[in-house]
Amino acid sequence: MKIASAGTMESNDCMMTVREHAGIQIEIESIVLKQFGKQIEYVIRETLKELNIENIFVQCNDKGALDYTVKARLVTAIQRMGEKHA
Amino acid sequence: MKNSLGRFVPEGFIPFKGADTLIKNMKRVLVPEVTTRETDKVIRTLSDLFDLIPITDGMTLSFHHHLRNGDGVLNMVLSEIKKRKLKNMTLAPSAIFPIHGPLVELIKNQNVTSIYTNYINGPVADCITQGYLKYPLVMDTHGGRPRAIESGELKIDVAFIAVPTSDHLGNGNGIDELSACGALGYAISDLQYAKKKVVVTDHLVDHVSLAEIEERYVDYIVKVNQIGDAKGIVSGTTKPTRDPVQLKIAKDTAQLIDELGFIKDGLSFQTGAGGTSIAVALEVQKRMTEKKIKGSFASGGITSFLVEMHEKGLFEKLYDVQCFDLDAVKSYKKNPKHLPMSASEYGNPLEVNPIVNNLDVVILGATEIDTKFNVNVTTDSSGNLIGGSGGHSDTAYGAKLTIITTNLVKSRTSMVKDSVTTITTPGESVDCLVTERGIAINPQRQDLLDRLKGSKLHLLTIEELLAKATEITGVPTPLEPSNRVIGVVRYRDGSIIDTLYQKSEEQS
Amino acid sequence: MLQNADIFQSDGVIFDLEDAVMLSEKDAAVHLLDNFLKSYAFENLEIVIRINQLDSEFSRVELEQIVSDKIDTLMLPKATAKNTNALSKMLDKLEKSKKMNKKIGIIPIIELASSVLEAKEIASVNRVNGLLLGGEDLSTDLEVERTEDGLELLLARGLVVLAAKAYKLDAIDTPYTKTNDEEGLNKDSSYAKKIGMNAKVCIHPNQIDTVNTVFSPSIQEIEYARKVVKAEADALSTGKGAFTVDGKMIDKPIIDRAKKLLDKAQRWGLL
Repeated sequence: MKIASAGTMESNDCMMTVREHAGIQIEIESIVLKQFGKQIEYVIRETLKELNIENIFVQCNDKGALDYTVKARLVTAIQRMGEKHA
Repeated sequence: MKNSLGRFVPEGFIPFKGADTLIKNMKRVLVPEVTTRETDKVIRTLSDLFDLIPITDGMTLSFHHHLRNGDGVLNMVLSEIKKRKLKNMTLAPSAIFPIHGPLVELIKNQNVTSIYTNYINGPVADCITQGYLKYPLVMDTHGGRPRAIESGELKIDVAFIAVPTSDHLGNGNGIDELSACGALGYAISDLQYAKKKVVVTDHLVDHVSLAEIEERYVDYIVKVNQIGDAKGIVSGTTKPTRDPVQLKIAKDTAQLIDELGFIKDGLSFQTGAGGTSIAVALEVQKRMTEKKIKGSFASGGITSFLVEMHEKGLFEKLYDVQCFDLDAVKSYKKNPKHLPMSASEYGNPLEVNPIVNNLDVVILGATEIDTKFNVNVTTDSSGNLIGGSGGHSDTAYGAKLTIITTNLVKSRTSMVKDSVTTITTPGESVDCLVTERGIAINPQRQDLLDRLKGSKLHLLTIEELLAKATEITGVPTPLEPSNRVIGVVRYRDGSIIDTLYQKSEEQS
Repeated sequence: MLQNADIFQSDGVIFDLEDAVMLSEKDAAVHLLDNFLKSYAFENLEIVIRINQLDSEFSRVELEQIVSDKIDTLMLPKATAKNTNALSKMLDKLEKSKKMNKKIGIIPIIELASSVLEAKEIASVNRVNGLLLGGEDLSTDLEVERTEDGLELLLARGLVVLAAKAYKLDAIDTPYTKTNDEEGLNKDSSYAKKIGMNAKVCIHPNQIDTVNTVFSPSIQEIEYARKVVKAEADALSTGKGAFTVDGKMIDKPIIDRAKKLLDKAQRWGLL
């Protein structure tokens, strides 16, 4: 199964893991879930839209990453997933 | 009802009206000191002691926190309470640390239903935030606690006083031997006014060199194997920070103090024991040395860094309410200019001239600060109980210059808010905020703003700092705390400056 | 923590995609940097990217992604006359295809013996607006140890200064690696300034204050900066796009550095 991740569990970063999935499913864990959970989900969805991806499972374990980091980690994870062979 | 800062105050409590407002009309009334008639004081075990007094349901027991996270005494007493299935006890420890974890069970089982303290951290704090303590937690300041005790407001049945070295009559100190902890400033009011006073020691001798604890107040002495863990007792000080962001804050803080004209002869200074505070002390030291300044005193919790500055002749005296490390203990032991101060002498607002009122500069931390400069050191942004005033409100009030140092942004959370989760120290006592992105001066201090005209420091308004933080983190969804009251934050005068709420489902 | 880039009062920040990033994370680093730069604007801060060596597998993709109006300068490791020219041509293409408004500068890192010897040719490449001496790697190439007094770099430093000044570029000194030694940093920086270096790389924020103080501009430097700024104003008012000062074409990084110098001079009370 195609699965890949990017990022770390360090402060201000997030660990983003993606894998093949029917439809879009997003799971978020965050140290600031109440304050920024919606925003993190928004950034993920917008990035998927930009990349024209409609089928993916995204798991985000966040340690206070800002928007640009969330996006960057997602983009990297998706790229890595694409480079792997099943 | 609401207090003067707009915060809710539960029924039965006096609302805060301003830092000076109630105090100026308060007369200092002292209940009589309690001295002892006991002569044969040494009791074999804690259990015997409980039988002798006797310690029964509903009593108020007090403790000091000089053994910090190495304390063994509170836990020993809790063990006895648990064994005897005592109920509805009130505890008044001056601070509670992670080592006091066993208290959680006693709270949940209602052996302990009420707590008065100045600082709380760890599993006990979490348990109270979750709502398990039957009656509201009462948080005082280091200066407000002696006020409450001496006025009879906080009536202590039995004061347990951990004393590293004691003689058979109860004369004792904290400077010798196994569990040396230095000055015992937080125990003094308990010693004077509690109904019964019990010294708990692990080093019983025939004769002591110094009697910070005086025999005339002591009823009983219990000798135990160890009053605490030495490693946990004197581990309070960290090394100066190496974090470049914290170092920048420290340098800018020293620059600010200098530009405001405070680096001059006679300077009196207080700072904490954290990494950034130490870095600030070192920067101030540099400037004082360059300018050949002789300060008058440094005070508060004493660290090896302050001892070094004193030994280098930069401060004439040290006023010590607690020692944070072994070097401080050693200095206190041998240096006649390293002086003890009781918590009352330190910060009781009803003392004629508490040390805090003579302070020129104090450097303090914050978990949050709002646009009115109100400071929170009691809870974090998620509503968890993580600390308490300690000496924060007292020193902020007394010092001519009160500086708060903090990162602006930590893990996607801004330290500057529109409104802090809990107010510990009112904005009227706070003058400056130094962050890595700039310095904000309280607009009430036009005199400071005038002195800073043409400064090279990056000055902005606190609203600009908040805007900058929001630009970086994004706008957070606001958290709604629950409505269930689990405690109150008392200002130094005993009025309620804010209320503590159970952490809501939403917040956890 | 990239967002802390601008709080330490340096003139520029070098974002390192080369040695600071391990091989397995090169892809992640580019995405992170790219998205970061798109999210924040910095005033008064030269944005410099140390890219991977031009012949590395990451180079082409990296350049394609990272070159944009959001950056100012590329720092080229193991620079030679050949690869500096090659990079310059690549930038010509990228700026055109991306319809960029900016002309990206190059700071070649002189860290090979052969590069020291062709420093002049490297400096002559049009986009180059500064030369950085890479003392650590150069010592390795010379098969010597780095020392406190820097004797092993004596000639290299001198040649870098000569080449840079011959083309009116910034001569940037190699970093001082003992990050806890403020006195050592002061000595090293003062020496560098004496021999003609006018800038220095810091590898820790704690070094910035000392370096700023030591390299504060002299009267002549302030004069030149004033000339540049005035020439720009004149060119703008007469509608001229490009202009020269003392015979050299002035592009944006040089104008910015001149303005910054005057700004710093002002702040340090030197004007």
